[in-house]
Amino acid sequence: MLILKANRLVVVDYDLCVGCQCCMFACTRRFAEAGLSRSTIHIKSAGGFERGFVVTVCKACSEPPCMKVCPTDALVFRKPGGVTLIPSKCIMCKNCVDACTVGAVFWDEEVNKPAICVYCGYCVGYCAYGVIKLQPVGEGEDRR
Amino acid sequence: MIEGDPISRVLYIDLTRRRSWVEEQPELFKERLGGTGAAIELLHKECPPSVNPLGPENPIIFAVGQLNGVFPIASKMVAMFKSPLTGNLGESHGGGRSAVALRMAGYGALVIKGRSETPIYLSVHMDEVSFKDASVLWGMGSSATGRVIREREPKPGIRTIMRIGQAGERMVSYACVVTETYRHFGRLGLGAVFGSKKLKALVISGRRSFKFKDPRQYRVLYDEVFNALVTSPLMKKYHELGTSMNILPLNEMRALPTQNLAKSDFECADGISGETFAERYLGRRVACAHCPVSCIHIAAFRIPYETEPYFYKTKMISYDYELIYSLGAMLGVGTCEGILKLIEEVETLGLDAMSTGVSLAWATEMQQRGLITERETAGLKLQWGDYGVYLNAVKNIVGQPTEFYTALARGVDYASSKYGGEEFALAFGGNEMPGYHTGPAAYVGYLVGARHSHLDGAGYSVDEKFAKAGKHPTPEGVAEALIAEEKWRQILSSLVVCYFGRGVYTPEIVARAYNLLGYQLSCEDLVKIGAEILRSKYNFKCREGFDFGKLRIPTRIFKSPTPLGPVTEEFIRESIKHFKTILESAPEG
Repeated sequence: MLILKANRLVVVDYDLCVGCQCCMFACTRRFAEAGLSRSTIHIKSAGGFERGFVVTVCKACSEPPCMKVCPTDALVFRKPGGVTLIPSKCIMCKNCVDACTVGAVFWDEEVNKPAICVYCGYCVGYCAYGVIKLQPVGEGEDRR
Repeated sequence: MIEGDPISRVLYIDLTRRRSWVEEQPELFKERLGGTGAAIELLHKECPPSVNPLGPENPIIFAVGQLNGVFPIASKMVAMFKSPLTGNLGESHGGGRSAVALRMAGYGALVIKGRSETPIYLSVHMDEVSFKDASVLWGMGSSATGRVIREREPKPGIRTIMRIGQAGERMVSYACVVTETYRHFGRLGLGAVFGSKKLKALVISGRRSFKFKDPRQYRVLYDEVFNALVTSPLMKKYHELGTSMNILPLNEMRALPTQNLAKSDFECADGISGETFAERYLGRRVACAHCPVSCIHIAAFRIPYETEPYFYKTKMISYDYELIYSLGAMLGVGTCEGILKLIEEVETLGLDAMSTGVSLAWATEMQQRGLITERETAGLKLQWGDYGVYLNAVKNIVGQPTEFYTALARGVDYASSKYGGEEFALAFGGNEMPGYHTGPAAYVGYLVGARHSHLDGAGYSVDEKFAKAGKHPTPEGVAEALIAEEKWRQILSSLVVCYFGRGVYTPEIVARAYNLLGYQLSCEDLVKIGAEILRSKYNFKCREGFDFGKLRIPTRIFKSPTPLGPVTEEFIRESIKHFKTILESAPEG
């Protein structure tokens, strides 16, 4: 299994977000694709553009709800927080999507599997406004 | 084309029979790229000659291009239809999330035909097309409609919600379609065509993707474009003050049309400048999907309740240069407060702000000259700077309490043909003028352009280049410059990239992007295709009655000198002749 650094993505300041969604496109592009199907970061308006934006990222939980509801153990805990997906075990039940408290488990319509953040931080380089950053799990909390 | 790229899929929706189907049209997107190029061919095919623009036979074509959802600032969608304002080609470009939503839903184009018997809204979530009752929404403003649909429809964040206000329902010839609250398919009356079809709104969403054969090179080119957009000085003005930064320089060079162009500078320009708006009202900046520039400037405007102390409503209102020109300087409104109130009303009703301002400026002069009275204006005394009266006049354009307003709702060209004052009715080719009194190239562009917009051939920019170089343009020089720029703009609007990014999307960058997408196109090939698309657009225009020799030129434009000196009718007519000659010598489309 690929060993990943124990980082996670955090939102520095929602109010800086202009809603350009370049981070979302970056996420799918990391997988050599153009589009959105594999994106694991999501930007939506907070009830209309006039109210600003909601930035949804995986929180790299220490006790991930998504993992707990997976009937086939396709989601494996990644120390010290977050999960890794084993696609071959996934039976496409979408329990993980429903279980994620912050809505950060997405669905890849192209392959019909969950899209799970791998905490690579590629998206950070495409946020021109400093809304998101990568930091070690456990270092500071998102209090906003 | 890359395998798996859904660009060649065209979704057809027939509102009369409430059915939809998909047709694969790879040749269309290969030969005409997408966007404007694909849309004009679909319009030729789907719009029978001489149809009533507000009849069920007039189709609405939306198209995106190969770069949408693939490269940054490819954030525009093209709409084409027969315009109820000009009676010929209607072409309008909108941003927000519309382009990305259609592309990610898995389509290169959407064709809406027919007419619903009852108010309806459409939702397209990838392959699922639904016809939904909009009876309750009929009569609602654009903002309220957006709010209802936002709650009712799925896929927040990856959807576009395009809707009309009461202006579209009542088929005002310059009604617009509002998308994502702050972006518009503004010009030439797409909102009226929506209204004629009883189509209140259109929701589209999708989350597709496709794999690149050479992902490394894709990322290299993407980064090159992205970094240029973020760091280039070319984009600085859009990042910071936004387009409203144009107010002061245009005013200084006496190119800011003021009070129906009786003047070309405005004594209150400082009070309505981009700098003043930013300092006093800028509340938020937002961006279209897949564009890091964030040029959309939104004012936070606090309005106290007159009867309730310590109660305020805080409105978030989008402002731009063209709105400040048309609802500000053109009407003599010299305060941010007045302009913001007018913008909000225009936005709610779903009118094109530019046509509205120019129409009311003409009406004001008509009344001041005694050519119309308060009987025509339903008791209003139109007066420069009196935004309270203009607020009521805007409502009347939609409510149409008198025959005069009914005429005004068809545009200033029509209204002046009925009531007189044609010499100061500032429409060109049937469309109300943009805010650039920069010289002859701007006016030739407005007159001959496919959309009669300042963005056709960028005449204002041609004028400014001549002025900076201290040179006097010739009629031939103006025509050549306009057509050269316009051919390339057909490529940019076929991709479809925002014109703000035109300095970054050079022919070389575009050719590289196309090669990565699986098309072998040289820069020369692209220019040739651009010329063919342009030719095809004029074929449609002329088929529907556009005539280079019969264009009305309001003599008002000859009264105020431009930065290039006075403009003469002889110069403009001569330049139009050259434009036509060059166009007709272009390769067959």
